[in-house]
Amino acid sequence: MTKWSMVIDLDKCVACQGCSMACRFENNTPVVSPDEAALGRSIFWNDVFPLRSEEESAIASGQAKFLTRPCMHCEDPPCTKVCPVGATYQDTEGIVRQNYTRCIGCRLCTVACPYGVRYFNWYEPTWEESLERHLTPDQIEGRAVSEGPSIRPKGVVEKCTFCVHRLFKERDRAAAEEREFRTEDFVPACVQTCTAKSRYFGDLDNPNSTVSQLAQSRRAFRLLEEAGTHPKIIYLHEG
Amino acid sequence: MVRQRTFHPENVHEESILAPIYKISSKDLLLWSGLLIILGVGAYAYFQQLISGLGVTGMNRPIYWGVYITNFVFFIGLAHSGTFISAILRLAGAEWRKPLTRAAEAITLFSLPFAVASIVADMGRPELVLNMVIYGRFQSPLIWDITAVSLYMFSSVVFFYLSLLPDIALIRDRITGIPKWQHRMYEILSLGWQGRSQQYHRLEKVLDWMAIFMTMLVVTVHTVVSWVFGMTIQPGWHTALIGPFFLLGAIYSGTAAVVIVLAILRRVYQMEEALPIDLFNSLRKLLIVFSLGWIYMMIAEFLTIFYGNIPEEMEVFWQKFTGDFSVIFWGMTILVFIIPLFILIVKGKNNIRWMVIAGVLINIGMWLERYVVIVPTETRPRLLYELAQGVYRPTWVEWAITLALFAGMILLYAIFTRFFPIIPLWETAESLEEDEQKVATRRQRIFGQRIQSRIKKEHDHANQ
Repeated sequence: MTKWSMVIDLDKCVACQGCSMACRFENNTPVVSPDEAALGRSIFWNDVFPLRSEEESAIASGQAKFLTRPCMHCEDPPCTKVCPVGATYQDTEGIVRQNYTRCIGCRLCTVACPYGVRYFNWYEPTWEESLERHLTPDQIEGRAVSEGPSIRPKGVVEKCTFCVHRLFKERDRAAAEEREFRTEDFVPACVQTCTAKSRYFGDLDNPNSTVSQLAQSRRAFRLLEEAGTHPKIIYLHEG
Repeated sequence: MVRQRTFHPENVHEESILAPIYKISSKDLLLWSGLLIILGVGAYAYFQQLISGLGVTGMNRPIYWGVYITNFVFFIGLAHSGTFISAILRLAGAEWRKPLTRAAEAITLFSLPFAVASIVADMGRPELVLNMVIYGRFQSPLIWDITAVSLYMFSSVVFFYLSLLPDIALIRDRITGIPKWQHRMYEILSLGWQGRSQQYHRLEKVLDWMAIFMTMLVVTVHTVVSWVFGMTIQPGWHTALIGPFFLLGAIYSGTAAVVIVLAILRRVYQMEEALPIDLFNSLRKLLIVFSLGWIYMMIAEFLTIFYGNIPEEMEVFWQKFTGDFSVIFWGMTILVFIIPLFILIVKGKNNIRWMVIAGVLINIGMWLERYVVIVPTETRPRLLYELAQGVYRPTWVEWAITLALFAGMILLYAIFTRFFPIIPLWETAESLEEDEQKVATRRQRIFGQRIQSRIKKEHDHANQ
């Protein structure tokens, strides 16, 4: 069985926020006004922020430590456990997904997630006109299903999906080309775009994959390991 | 239709208890329309929220839950007054509770719909509320909540209605000069109650058994409500004490609410005789016990956290003790515990006015307590609490909806008191005889209740 996982090498990361931008365009993330953002309502499936409220000077001089944070895609996710309607769930390949059609907007998952990776649509999503014309067409829509980059209605929760629509697309492509699907075919937008090549993606169940190899590194750690969520995002310490 | 013979209990206070039913005064209409206006404003606010989205509230990331969820927990707490007094005190055989059972149960009955309304107001997509039934997952604490609250609501209605039955029958037969539809309503609702001692016997039996069930519900419902928070691993929420603490707070605020309601009824409907001061003194003792229980829980909870000194727990702890929520936290402690305890011990005895002041303070304080349990935890998320983005300012929409929920509850209560006796006539009656000769009969005691025993009576007759 495939177990999708990501390794983020903090030593290589330059905190350029390219991953956040790529994610935003890939997944049609709604844009909010500066006022709303000041209220804490901006949506970043993949966020980049300085660790421990560093002073401005530390950030300017390049001394600050940064962390980039997508969804942890926990093996034991606290969010899917509490969802009353099964709108958020873990699929067979370990990706924690979100079905906007079923979500009732109770926000129990958002308060249950210790990593704060789940975002709520406080208003109907809007984009500036030029952005609206260039929304990603790879939307997952079906009977009672709308996931990934699909346009969200107001009042639902959304989150990082490891760009699951890309996985679907690559599987379809492999089938069309009448060849086996290879795990290397599937890469989320943030990994693809990473300027410093600090992100690796692959199958954690395959002992020969890059992520499995890097997970053995002495620099490897996971966020809030003590919370018992078993994240599948593996960080590599700086230095 | 040939009306069967009916019998009704003798109650010396009958006149004063039934007095409010005769007439709806202009003051009533004024109060009702005032409450309706508040409801209207609330409805307008909710409409705004429905059209634009939950963005019109002050909620944000990471404070995903705010005033609405506070209201939900508070209303469930208020609801515990009735069941506590009528079910637990029934089992305990506390006879003094009888005059106030219905007034307390009515609080239960009219709070619960607004607890449910609070949840719906908090939902991002209330139109999909049925998803919880269609796709409901029993692993989710929210589904436990829905199950517990709906079961609680259903049982409260049945419990309330059953104990109301003999009194509906009584007003059906006794009250004249009311509109035809109203009379017809009593006829239908009374289900042909005749007041035979056999019927009373059955009624008491059913109520006793239901009281056992309701007692279990009192304990479980509020515990389950707290588990929505307790089942997450967030600091401040993830504590085994949260269930018992919520439960105690619920009974505390509920009982305080009973004091307020009783005092208003006594004043407005001139029920000084039917609601003697002894009742208030008994409630006073209960309140003193609960307030001490409350401080016990507080100390148990916060000393454990403080001594353990786990970093993420301490972030929330200091938020409450010295941080953004210190004013609310200490204000809450003063309002819930310090002032009420002082009033209750020093001033409360034989003094309804002081009791009411204490009751009001306790309820304001308990609302703040719910708030201070829910929000500070969210301002300091487990991961990266250093970023400390959490600031929450409720908006007018949230306040308008909150006020409307309270107005709605008061409105239902006020209307109810004009159509049904708010003090149970049959439970406070001197006798429940069906014989016109009023022969005294032996009574059996089960759970401290008077239960008329026909068998016993016949047995006695046979012996003579």
